[in-house]
Amino acid sequence: MNESMILAADELWDNGYAADIFPELLDAFWLTIRLTLVGMAIALVLGLIVAVVRYPRIPVLSRLFDFYVLFIRGTPLLVQIFAVYFILPDYGITLSGFVTGVLVLGINYSAYTAEVYRAGIEALPKGQWEAATALNLPRGRTWTKIVLPQSIAPTIPVLGNYLIQMFKDTALLYAIGSPEVMTVARQIGQTNGEFLEPLTIAGIMYLVISYISSLGIKRLERHYALAA
Amino acid sequence: MSDVLEYQSLLWDGLWTTVVASFFGILLTIVVAFVVGMMRLSKTRWLRAPSYVFVEFFRGTSILVQLFWVVYALPFLGVRFTDNLVAGIVVLGLNEGAYASEVVRGAIASRPRGQTEAGIALGLTPGQRMRRILIPQSIPVMLPSFGNVAVDLLKATPLLYFITVTEFTADGLAIRTETQETTAVMLSLLVVYFVLSMILALLTRLLENRFALERRTHPLLRPLVGSAS
Repeated sequence: MNESMILAADELWDNGYAADIFPELLDAFWLTIRLTLVGMAIALVLGLIVAVVRYPRIPVLSRLFDFYVLFIRGTPLLVQIFAVYFILPDYGITLSGFVTGVLVLGINYSAYTAEVYRAGIEALPKGQWEAATALNLPRGRTWTKIVLPQSIAPTIPVLGNYLIQMFKDTALLYAIGSPEVMTVARQIGQTNGEFLEPLTIAGIMYLVISYISSLGIKRLERHYALAA
Repeated sequence: MSDVLEYQSLLWDGLWTTVVASFFGILLTIVVAFVVGMMRLSKTRWLRAPSYVFVEFFRGTSILVQLFWVVYALPFLGVRFTDNLVAGIVVLGLNEGAYASEVVRGAIASRPRGQTEAGIALGLTPGQRMRRILIPQSIPVMLPSFGNVAVDLLKATPLLYFITVTEFTADGLAIRTETQETTAVMLSLLVVYFVLSMILALLTRLLENRFALERRTHPLLRPLVGSAS
């Protein structure tokens, strides 16, 4: 490293500018986190419904849900966002950017969580079902007291990975002007003609949360590996 | 719908760009996956450390952030791609390559220890063991995950719209503005992407069949999407 290179770096990165825009980016980042949490809550519930309905192979219904999962997993999230955002108003339904965002994220990820749940449910030994039948437990009780507690807990680390992915995917809501951190970073960059600082800070914010969460998930994985 | 059909030549152009971006993106993904995956398996720390940072970086930030960073921030550091499509393909390849490198690493690391020992006993060099024994055996293990990564890459190509590449989605959105046929245009986009995904999944399945070590498993008989990843 020679002196001229350090000087050049100093000219490129403006600390004062970075400090000025930081609070605004942090606000936007908070919205990103809220989008993720609400979106994930929808995905977890909706996915569970899909998985449970799909399991008993009810003729038409199960096929329908199979196609739901296949189609959602086979199409790009961004196009889904655009589709919902543009199509709904044509039918008289207007939703805010936030609601549209969490709805599409939730529906999109429900297809993935449904697959995770399914794998967990199918991994449950047959004997558990048979024991429930032998004990004459009603269907509902079998699901809530025996099947779900045992088959869902081991899937928690995998679901955690989807949480991190959804967190990164909230950036796509930039497309519909939801003021999450990417949108705000681009706006700041456009107003000031300096993109390096806002985009880098936004990137670092993602990186920090993703990295911390991935460490948390590794711990969860170890926890459930020991329990199993 | 007929209004949309008038613009079909535009859609074909966009579709071609999407296919080109996916094709070269997947090629780059495979190269990155093997290079980085091998580095992560290396015994030397100065090969392992940068590959770890690479993977954490590309998996830790959103593709959109990476695209914007490369196209809008990198020029301030003196690096500029002449064509945004090329920049996009590079970002897609590096990003999905980071995910796929974990597939390569996992598949090779999961080979039974005895295979390496047999290679040593036969006097094969580490490079020969890798090329002749470990990699060929790992390919059937890697294929399903590589198929998923390929579909993921295809599904990430609409993001190139944000860096002003006129791929399929961009053309679709332009036609929507022109015709106001929102529902028809958006549904057409979804269906075409769905068909492309299914084609990729089917290609993966054919390759799986071709490279299956165990013929009896019949990968073609399993559902295209559905096995838990």
